[in-house]
Amino acid sequence: MKRSLLACLLAVTLPAAAGEYSGFAADQSRVSFVSTQMNVPVEGRFQRFGGEIHFDPATPTTGSARLEVELQSIDTGLEEADEEVASAEWFDIAKHPKAVFESSAVEALGDQTYRIRGTLTIKGTTREIATEARFEPGAIGAFSGSFKLMRSDYAIGEGMWSDTSVVADDIEIRYRIAAPAQ
Amino acid sequence: MSLPRHTRYDPVAITLHWLVAIVIVCNFALGVYMHELPLSPWKLKIYSWHKWAGVSAFLLVALRLAWRRFHTPPPMPESMPAWQRQLAQHGHHLLYLLMFAVPISGWLMSSALGVQTVYFGALPIPDLLDKDKELGEVLKQVHEALNLGMAAIVLGHAGAALKHHYLDRDDVLTRMLPWSKTPRNPQ
Repeated sequence: MKRSLLACLLAVTLPAAAGEYSGFAADQSRVSFVSTQMNVPVEGRFQRFGGEIHFDPATPTTGSARLEVELQSIDTGLEEADEEVASAEWFDIAKHPKAVFESSAVEALGDQTYRIRGTLTIKGTTREIATEARFEPGAIGAFSGSFKLMRSDYAIGEGMWSDTSVVADDIEIRYRIAAPAQ
Repeated sequence: MSLPRHTRYDPVAITLHWLVAIVIVCNFALGVYMHELPLSPWKLKIYSWHKWAGVSAFLLVALRLAWRRFHTPPPMPESMPAWQRQLAQHGHHLLYLLMFAVPISGWLMSSALGVQTVYFGALPIPDLLDKDKELGEVLKQVHEALNLGMAAIVLGHAGAALKHHYLDRDDVLTRMLPWSKTPRNPQ
């Protein structure tokens, strides 16, 4: 509470063009994924997610991001698949309603590109991931990028679905995560 | 034309006819079976096989039409009344039309539903339509209606062939059969 009060005061007192981005702009953000079924790439997306970004292009290594995706909001494109992936074999949404990403390090690679490392927790399993993101500055700044995960690492699609010849193991996650400039 | 009029379809036309017949009947049955299945890897596999078979049917029908272009089918029996000839001709035209329309509707429906058709899991068929769920649902109905229409025409086609064979006792059926070598003598 004290911190957010301080943040408000700072936001008011500091000039608007300080170059720092913080918070989260949900309507400018997007989380989608591409799975491969029988060698056919199929795109889906998540409709609800939230997060918190702190990023100053002048000091990128101090940047941080936390993102929570509501798995129930999945849109695979096929209704029966939306229901199926809520089941215990897939996300087990009743027990694990959210996927959470928490950054641990941000590294500048030049040309508005950054390598972001962190942990991704899905279905009770936490793993380290790294992704390269491009940053677009503006009144609302956004990181865009993608990374691949192995669904078997998180036990997404167990039992009969563990056959990766039908639904491939690797899933591409594409994202655009935006936050307003302060 | 002093050449003797051929009374049988040529072997290529006969082979293509029965290949297409087998693919269409099997794929129709597969379509009826698969769409009620609960989601499973088996269902996803079958959907892919169904699409591959549909693309194959399309290619075979295109080949048939190309072959037919340069290999005139044997004429209809003299004994057929004019209205029957017309009906047969319209029926065949409609059948060809549907043999193209059914796979095309399936392909468009797949595109609109966001699941591209990749022939044998190797050759992606470009999506003509962008992903659009509502359009996909409409195309699903269209695909189904065209299939029911085709089923009706196929039944009429087979029924007519049997009528020619057992009632009219002409060679309309036998000239398309792979095994019968001796043409019947009409009249």
